Amino acid sequence: MTTKILFAGFGGQGILFSGKFLAYEGLLEGRQVSWLPSYGPEMRGGTANCSVILSDTPVGSPIVNNPDVLIAMNLPSYDKYENAVEKGGKVFVDSSLIARGAVREDVNTYFIPATRLASENGMPTLANMIILGKVIKETSVIPFENVERALRKVISAKRADMLDINMKALKLGYDYEG
Amino acid sequence: MSEKVLMKGNEAIAEAAILCGCRHYYGYPITPQTEVAAYMAKRMPKIGGVFLQAESEIAAINMVIGTAAAGCRVMTSSSSPGISLKSEGLSYMAGCDLPALVVNVQRGGPGLGGIQPSQSDYFQATRGGGHGDYHMIVLAPASVQEMADMTVKGFELADKYRIPCMLLADGTMGQMMEPVSLDITAPEKIEKPWAVTGTGCKRAHNVVNSLSLNPEELENWNMERFERYKKLAEEETLYEEYCMDDAEICVVAFGIAARVSKNAIDAARAKGVKVGMVRPITLYPFPKAPLLKAAEHCKSFISVELSMGQMIEDVELAIRCKRPVTLCNRTGGLIPTPEQVLDSILKANEM
Amino acid sequence: MVVFEKPKALTDNQLHYCPGCTHGIIHRLVAEALDELGIEGKTVGIASVGCSVFTYNYFNCDMVQAAHGRAPAVATGVKRANPENIVFTYQGDGDLAAIGTAETVHAAARGENITVIFVNNAIYGMTGGQMAPTSLPGQVTQTSPYGRDTKTVGYPVRVSEMLSTLEAPAYIERVAVNSVKCVKDAKRAIKKAFQCQLEGKGFSLVEVLSTCPTNWGMTPDKALNWLEENMKPYYPLGVFKDKTGGDN
Repeated sequence: MTTKILFAGFGGQGILFSGKFLAYEGLLEGRQVSWLPSYGPEMRGGTANCSVILSDTPVGSPIVNNPDVLIAMNLPSYDKYENAVEKGGKVFVDSSLIARGAVREDVNTYFIPATRLASENGMPTLANMIILGKVIKETSVIPFENVERALRKVISAKRADMLDINMKALKLGYDYEG
Repeated sequence: MSEKVLMKGNEAIAEAAILCGCRHYYGYPITPQTEVAAYMAKRMPKIGGVFLQAESEIAAINMVIGTAAAGCRVMTSSSSPGISLKSEGLSYMAGCDLPALVVNVQRGGPGLGGIQPSQSDYFQATRGGGHGDYHMIVLAPASVQEMADMTVKGFELADKYRIPCMLLADGTMGQMMEPVSLDITAPEKIEKPWAVTGTGCKRAHNVVNSLSLNPEELENWNMERFERYKKLAEEETLYEEYCMDDAEICVVAFGIAARVSKNAIDAARAKGVKVGMVRPITLYPFPKAPLLKAAEHCKSFISVELSMGQMIEDVELAIRCKRPVTLCNRTGGLIPTPEQVLDSILKANEM
Repeated sequence: MVVFEKPKALTDNQLHYCPGCTHGIIHRLVAEALDELGIEGKTVGIASVGCSVFTYNYFNCDMVQAAHGRAPAVATGVKRANPENIVFTYQGDGDLAAIGTAETVHAAARGENITVIFVNNAIYGMTGGQMAPTSLPGQVTQTSPYGRDTKTVGYPVRVSEMLSTLEAPAYIERVAVNSVKCVKDAKRAIKKAFQCQLEGKGFSLVEVLSTCPTNWGMTPDKALNWLEENMKPYYPLGVFKDKTGGDN
């Protein structure tokens, strides 16, 4: 099985980090993975996105043109990629930043007020992890019980204090019923 | 096998270089290869190596020349416009028979072009890039693992043949992360009796030089060098074949284009189309033999490239124009989609 | 009996320089410095492009022939590879002050522990007498046939003064070789520059005012006078930087 995931939002929202976290857990499970970021000036404040593929067979193209799972963290990204999602795919929208509803009816769309939840819970920079918690819940792309080991891989030892709060953010999203 | 880690292609190049004994890196910042320099800047001081940010690409390649002349494994990395600046030095390195690794993480051109992935430096790389009769060894990795493996291979071949080697990647290969295992050990000391390390007043002086005003001598140097190119082609040509056994259509692609093409080939096979791929891993020497062999059973060829069509000329030459070769391409920093390649395959199948 | 001998650091090859050219003197001074310091065996020289392109045939130490202007970068690579080596470049004014300005300035700015022998004869010699970055105002050359016009091509570059504004260089001096006294002084400076490197003090450069009778269109003795009367007023001799702390 192959899952193609596209994370998209503003630079600074932790788009690339979320993708890396997911890819690392895939690696730890012995799956084939790839992670491909957008790069260049758009990283600095503009739109950012990254393609992540988790697969049981070798990954061909690392570029995700038509995601099975889309995480849209801002309106431009949602507008740009909603139509690209595979039929029957899943879309996760940060509804605190995106006011509109879904256009597509042939995909499952989940609205999570991730940015609001993040600031309400004292973790203003972790909307990405909250929404990712929901992704893990709804897609089973990785098992939730393994998230900590992947977090340990992507959070440097120097920032070890961030581990708990990231765990908390993931759990918040995982348990969110909207 | 060592534990697999998730690494960017650019970082994998840098770490692999260090593991196989490279302790000198000279570079200049340019997107999308800057992670190589940043990685080296972090690591080299901790292992007694040298990282130096040069004042220009030109200075960087000449520092590489100095360190290579002194007998050490040395590398530089850049991206397309920077490689143009280095081209003078590449020609001198070829003329001086100096081994070193030069990485080009290609971006769209010409001119300042863009910063997105490209393969449009194919001609520049495979023809040598600078002035004069020469080639570089050109390696084209298609995964982060190969970014590491080809770095090691590049140093080995450069040292073995005294030919500068270029690792020709692109923005995608440099920026993407994939699991990579770094089972690399540095070689024993490589004897380089020609190196300028000081005579110790015990031997005749060594001269690292590309100048001769005597045309017969210069011709002899060139002849000798091309004998090495010939041996290189006979013994070191690398390629991968994918689904070629019964193929009637042959896709030819390298680097990221080969990755995209695999998806398209799988999709075409699912539709019953007999299509395969020859993926050159060495672009110089180019894998002519497997392509010529493929021309016996393939009715047509498709060259998939991130350029206006450069490798396609080598494909046509390799198969001696026995079969039609079509181009499936994007340029300017864009990448063909699997659907676009599939479309080309289906069209070729109808022919 | 005192026999005048060739320095050991010079090969037996006959120099190709024109009659009256002072490159030969400067080669000898460099070789004498290598001999006297006993460093020939650990020295690597970098030949540049210009009249001195064949320097690699004349010095007995290991040599690299660099691309035009790039000698300081090549020297950097050699020195960084083997810091125990003594590394020098031998460059003319076109090589060092025109096409290789960036490499020169930045090697100096880094305080690269190398020695640069900079031969300034105010003209491109090898290509047949074109205007150099150091050609004097009004100087007639093949590419300034009406005299160097400062209104259109500006003024000659004073390399030693320019580099001495940098923080890192350890030793910069301008000397000449147009008289016995000058030659002796040039010898002292060149030896001191190598000494500076031996002691790990950093970048050293000796600018040597030199003649080009052929392309200046003068007899050798007239060329020596021309240097005295025209070059020295614009390029004053002297020490421009000295952080070596030793005797001058």
